[in-house]
Amino acid sequence: MKSYVIIGNGTAAVGCIEGIRCVDKGGEITVISKEKHPVYSRPLISYYLEGKTDCERMKYRGDSFYKDNKCKVLYGAVADMIDKDDKSVRLNSGNKLSYDALCVAAGSEPFVPPFEGLNTVDSKFSFMTLDDALSLEDTLKSESRVLIVGAGLIGLKCAEGIHSRVKSITVCDLADRVLSSILDADCAYAVQKHLEKNGIKFMLSDTAVGFNKNMAYMKSGKNVEFDILVLAVGVRANTSLVKNAGGSVKRGIIVNERMETDIKDVFAAGDCAEGFDLSIGANRVLAILPNAYTGGYTAGVNMAGGKEVFNNAIPMNSIGFFGYHIMTAGSYDGEMIEEKDSASVKRFFIKDNNLIGFILLGGTDRAGIYTSLIREKTPLDTIDFELTKKAASNLIFNKEIRRKKFGGVV
Amino acid sequence: MKRVYVNEEWCLGCHLCEYNCAFANSGLNDMAFALKDKKIYPRIHIEDGDKICFAVSCRHCADPICVKSCIAGAISKVDGVVKIDRGKCVGCLTCVLVCPYGALAPGENGTMQKCELCLENACGAPACVTGCPNKAIVYEERGEEK
Repeated sequence: MKSYVIIGNGTAAVGCIEGIRCVDKGGEITVISKEKHPVYSRPLISYYLEGKTDCERMKYRGDSFYKDNKCKVLYGAVADMIDKDDKSVRLNSGNKLSYDALCVAAGSEPFVPPFEGLNTVDSKFSFMTLDDALSLEDTLKSESRVLIVGAGLIGLKCAEGIHSRVKSITVCDLADRVLSSILDADCAYAVQKHLEKNGIKFMLSDTAVGFNKNMAYMKSGKNVEFDILVLAVGVRANTSLVKNAGGSVKRGIIVNERMETDIKDVFAAGDCAEGFDLSIGANRVLAILPNAYTGGYTAGVNMAGGKEVFNNAIPMNSIGFFGYHIMTAGSYDGEMIEEKDSASVKRFFIKDNNLIGFILLGGTDRAGIYTSLIREKTPLDTIDFELTKKAASNLIFNKEIRRKKFGGVV
Repeated sequence: MKRVYVNEEWCLGCHLCEYNCAFANSGLNDMAFALKDKKIYPRIHIEDGDKICFAVSCRHCADPICVKSCIAGAISKVDGVVKIDRGKCVGCLTCVLVCPYGALAPGENGTMQKCELCLENACGAPACVTGCPNKAIVYEERGEEK
């Protein structure tokens, strides 16, 4: 019987477990879970604070998940070292776990720059885990003034999640726009205006450089008073276990299409890994949930001796703020075509007869049809792209493709 | 497994499937009371072209990307049927972003809904099929799963 060890207990770990069990019903699976919770839906922590879900409904899998999949979960355990020659993982308890195949699904950690005076701030939080959200919730008061450092996905979802529970929210970011990793300048401005309408204040091209108790000193020379500080500057992939064992890492742990690291029988998946990004044709950390699951699943199948590749990952995000939905996918390094009406903006990026990326604001119906054009590299001269620019539609496909898509099992 | 298929040559574009779907999933037993003067949120939709029209609903894919992508773990595949737990859904629309068929859409309360083949509602078999006046929509087996 094979022994599988998974470091991490998030989405990639679930994918890995389900991948292993597709192939091997009997092998022993041990999950090393730093967090003391069964797997939960991490991206839902802002929805939790907003009151749109609760801890019960945030469970990513049902209560019997580990039992059904015959997994042993070591809650509160931390992996200290991978011994690749001995094929074992050493835990902080001193115990050793031997593996036939190992998956590193260790996720990422918030990156906190060395701010001067940060130690003088009482109420400061990251916003990554359920425990972060629960402790932030404990301090929220209707008179709280909140300063969020970082106008990315994490910072802004946090702002939306708590906005009705506090007095004011200011978001600062060194970048000149919100969501700079996924939006171009015009679209970022439109989203910023929408957030401002809902009461979020911004200080862009500016950031905190130091703190003294309840005061933030900004780069611009301004001072901002606050009661609660949320640090959402960025995240860093947890690569050290593999790096220390001699595996290749850059920003993330380097993996191939089978999710193998360059250490024998060691795989990696999720936010700690750097796999192939179809949209740029190179490896990149794509820290989004669908890729974590699919990468983990791919690793699991291969760990158990099956054959699976993950070679069509692209960056993609669906995110909403106060009822306004934003979807983005792919890369924007192409000719831009815009379709606009009073309620929505669509920007398509085209290169070499392919759709390579898009940004949708407001109107997002059936956007997966656009995403599939990117992933499948559908030549645009084989479809009626003109027709689909205003609204995503299956009418763009010719009869033969329609027959394939809708005429049988897919 | 039986799935819903549309023979586009026979589809009239009458949109009756949308109404039958919305009614079947309303939990009510009077169609007029359930749908009259209301915006309907069917789980099947007609794509209306100049020369062709056809209904689209969930394909119940062999390897459903919506299941792998749902950030809430709300979508699962049970006995071949792709189902959504609307209590867990937070309406992030990630499934809309990934479904290549455009088969998911939010319901009235903003959480997602999709065709579950009417297996759980009072119909017990797809209402779009039963009510299709030209028998363009069928419920049948076409090939086995991988």
